[in-house]
Amino acid sequence: MHELGVVFYVIRDVKKVAEENNVEQVETVTLEIGEVSGVVHELLTDCFNWAIKKEPIMEHAKLQIETIKAVTFCEDCKQEYETVKYAKICPHCQSENTYLLRGNEFNLKEIGVT
Amino acid sequence: MGEFRVLEIKQSVFADNDRRADEVRSELKEKKVFLLNLMSSPGSGKTTTLTRTIEHLKEEFRIGVMEADIDSDVDAKTISSLGVKAIQLHTGGMCHLDADMTAQGLAGLETGDVDLAILENVGNLVCPAEFDTGAVKNAMILSVPEGDDKPLKYPLMFSICDVVLINKIDVLPYFDFDMDKCREGILMRNPKAKIIPICARTGEGIEEWTSWLRNEVKKWQE
Repeated sequence: MHELGVVFYVIRDVKKVAEENNVEQVETVTLEIGEVSGVVHELLTDCFNWAIKKEPIMEHAKLQIETIKAVTFCEDCKQEYETVKYAKICPHCQSENTYLLRGNEFNLKEIGVT
Repeated sequence: MGEFRVLEIKQSVFADNDRRADEVRSELKEKKVFLLNLMSSPGSGKTTTLTRTIEHLKEEFRIGVMEADIDSDVDAKTISSLGVKAIQLHTGGMCHLDADMTAQGLAGLETGDVDLAILENVGNLVCPAEFDTGAVKNAMILSVPEGDDKPLKYPLMFSICDVVLINKIDVLPYFDFDMDKCREGILMRNPKAKIIPICARTGEGIEEWTSWLRNEVKKWQE
């Protein structure tokens, strides 16, 4: 939904780290994205590839995306389950009293540089 | 060319925005300015609700409004005709406002002259929920024609709101909108949410909403 917006955040963070570490060129940018963060990977990659053309320090950088599996916790039966498969109803006890444990992340994990 | 190496960063891309939002909030606290972030879908009656709110509170508070839109300044014109300060923030195609854009807007409002600043966020139930604007409280408007299932479809939005206004209740007889089911859906996501049914057109429920807002502004200014 807001892929272009977050790409600008990523670029800003990468440039900051690159400057602090006297980097010549950023070769790779690795993001960790939760399965249910709502970010569309293909669109994110397209936005990234477009936006980096304006940034000499990272104009050839490759975007790598690692997915974090979404897990939901059921407060009634205290069990965990796969969010994407079962959504908000617990498959163990059919409770709706559940919350997302992880899977909503949007992290800048690391950058590969020269 | 230097040797290839990997720099570990391991931080949320939103960390900076969250920090900036906290700064905005502490500046507001110092200046005793209350910032309300108002969110909704397009067409939910945000501008009409805002108009009613201003009519109720403009004698007590100095109000400033920031209208965020992709383009055009239709809403800011409507609001400034009520005699309060209104500025238009163009997001330049972006689907949300972040803390930095909000800070620029606040500077434009000259917050020294304002007790209550209202940010009318971009009409959309997804993106604005992801970005902390630095607001003291978050409110959203859900209108009856949108359907009672919205809390389940946009859980993040409903989970970050302090108040949910259910607008256009005058058309309830014509829609399959189950108020109890809607309440249940909201409270499941956010047990602390205050839910106020209103009709901005007729003024129904506006008293309850504005007294909540009045209390919050006073608490913040203490």
